Amino acid sequence: MTRCSEQLGRAGTPEAADLARILPDDERLRRGPVAIIECFQEIPCDPCADACRRGAILAFDKITDLPRVDPEHCNGCALCVVRCPGLAIFVVDVSGDGDMGTVKLPYEYLPLPRPGDDVAALDRLGQEVCRGKIVAVQRPAAFDRTALVTVEVPREQALIVRGIRAGQGRRSDG
Amino acid sequence: MTGTATAPLVEAAIIGGGPAGLCAALELARAGIRCLVVDRQHVLGGQLIKQTHRFFGSRSERAGQRGFEIGKQLAAELLQHDGVTVWLEGTAVGYYAEDRTLLVERDGALCRVHVEALILATGAAERALAFAGNDLPGVYGAGAVQTLMNVYGVRPGERAVMIGAGNIGLIVAYQLIQAGVEVAAVLEAAPAVGGYWVHAAKLARAGVPIMTSHSIVAALGTDQVTGVRATKLDAKWQPVQGSQFEVPCDLVCLAVGLSPLTELATLAGCQLAYVPELGGYVPWHDEEMQTTVPGVFVAGDAAGVEEASSAMIEGTLAGLAVVNYLRPHSQYAASRKRAAAQLAALRAGPTAERIRAGLLKLSDHRPRLAGTGGEGK
Repeated sequence: MTRCSEQLGRAGTPEAADLARILPDDERLRRGPVAIIECFQEIPCDPCADACRRGAILAFDKITDLPRVDPEHCNGCALCVVRCPGLAIFVVDVSGDGDMGTVKLPYEYLPLPRPGDDVAALDRLGQEVCRGKIVAVQRPAAFDRTALVTVEVPREQALIVRGIRAGQGRRSDG
Repeated sequence: MTGTATAPLVEAAIIGGGPAGLCAALELARAGIRCLVVDRQHVLGGQLIKQTHRFFGSRSERAGQRGFEIGKQLAAELLQHDGVTVWLEGTAVGYYAEDRTLLVERDGALCRVHVEALILATGAAERALAFAGNDLPGVYGAGAVQTLMNVYGVRPGERAVMIGAGNIGLIVAYQLIQAGVEVAAVLEAAPAVGGYWVHAAKLARAGVPIMTSHSIVAALGTDQVTGVRATKLDAKWQPVQGSQFEVPCDLVCLAVGLSPLTELATLAGCQLAYVPELGGYVPWHDEEMQTTVPGVFVAGDAAGVEEASSAMIEGTLAGLAVVNYLRPHSQYAASRKRAAAQLAALRAGPTAERIRAGLLKLSDHRPRLAGTGGEGK
């Protein structure tokens, strides 16, 4: 973690140069869904490696290691997305033929969006960059209250969209 | 549970039923040592009871689980053991090292408990900040806000400004959004966020501006907070003239650090050391968490402010040390080594640099004469 952008070091949000170090190449992105771990700081945390059943998140030597994804073994199953305490993992799928791609993201606000909802799709600074359509919302007991939301966005936005604004953020249920 | 003012026959007492105290008590209970856990709250768990986020760390520190679940599990596991007495809504008000007597106030009565060993796991208190209007209704410590929301289900306001971008500030700001409160801004006096970047990134995605090199000048309003006046700070942390601006809000949350709670350690005669990296005055302690008073140990934030995962392992270390203190046994070295290695791993990264510096400083403060106690403040 010797090099990082000004914005990352000051405010914790990565810039293009930081992301360039972790993004899979275009060829891999075209082949199918893949996990992108936006974790740039050597904090003591390793549940992601434990979550992956395919060994696609390389085992840690030290608990403060940065996670590394082996894109050849990752199938984009998203099990790691809901296990990351930092909510820093996303699964991007731009493998389809059409103009659209999907982003799977962790979501811990209520009310939950519903499939079919039209939502604001937000970048890493919370700015709306386009509209998104909710494709799926999964929250089984095993996810321990973190929902996995799949949102469809134009494919060129799939590496930019990292959040959604669904409702007012108020609690509507337990 | 033991009745009012009846002293239980125990060998050790643990003051504080948070992450450190619970883990310490578990080690004693597993070794079959009768012990008393005293906590001033009505429920065990300490700060864990309001931690709704998933914990960092590794599986051995229950990483990935939410803090309040960890607290419940530790408490349930502890209560399964015979020989554990828990006094809730009790306050340890003194300890007399000469005759190893602990005084606990509970149900309006004062109870005297003789113990062979004492573990201080009293935690830490939130710091305040001096600014105009800091006594207005609507100015809270972040911990209080977290308790209101996550323990009692009370939404503390409509629009908040968080002061401090350490882990507590960042996490509580996120939990405010979860509770339906708009977070107008996070102000941080330092030039960079102090908490984990992933916590800051989560807030940024939610559209919360994280304003580094900024501080609060005043809370505005007459009967309650109606906003804050903020200023930009220069490289020397001095206000930049003409940079003041106002942010409307009805809630100001202070997350500007914690100070170890050392009153009981002082009463017990433990020598304190001033180590800013650990949160200020801390009871001097050795690698086994023993203070300068023989038989008095310390663990968790009371020994130096850190993350809850570190507090749990420190509790384990103190518990193991007390077991060995009371019943020296051959497996102690191996169990201690295991826990110490876990703790060292947690403290290995760049985010724990300050803690490592503080611990180094603490060891430099090693008192020449152990056990004399009574150092003035």
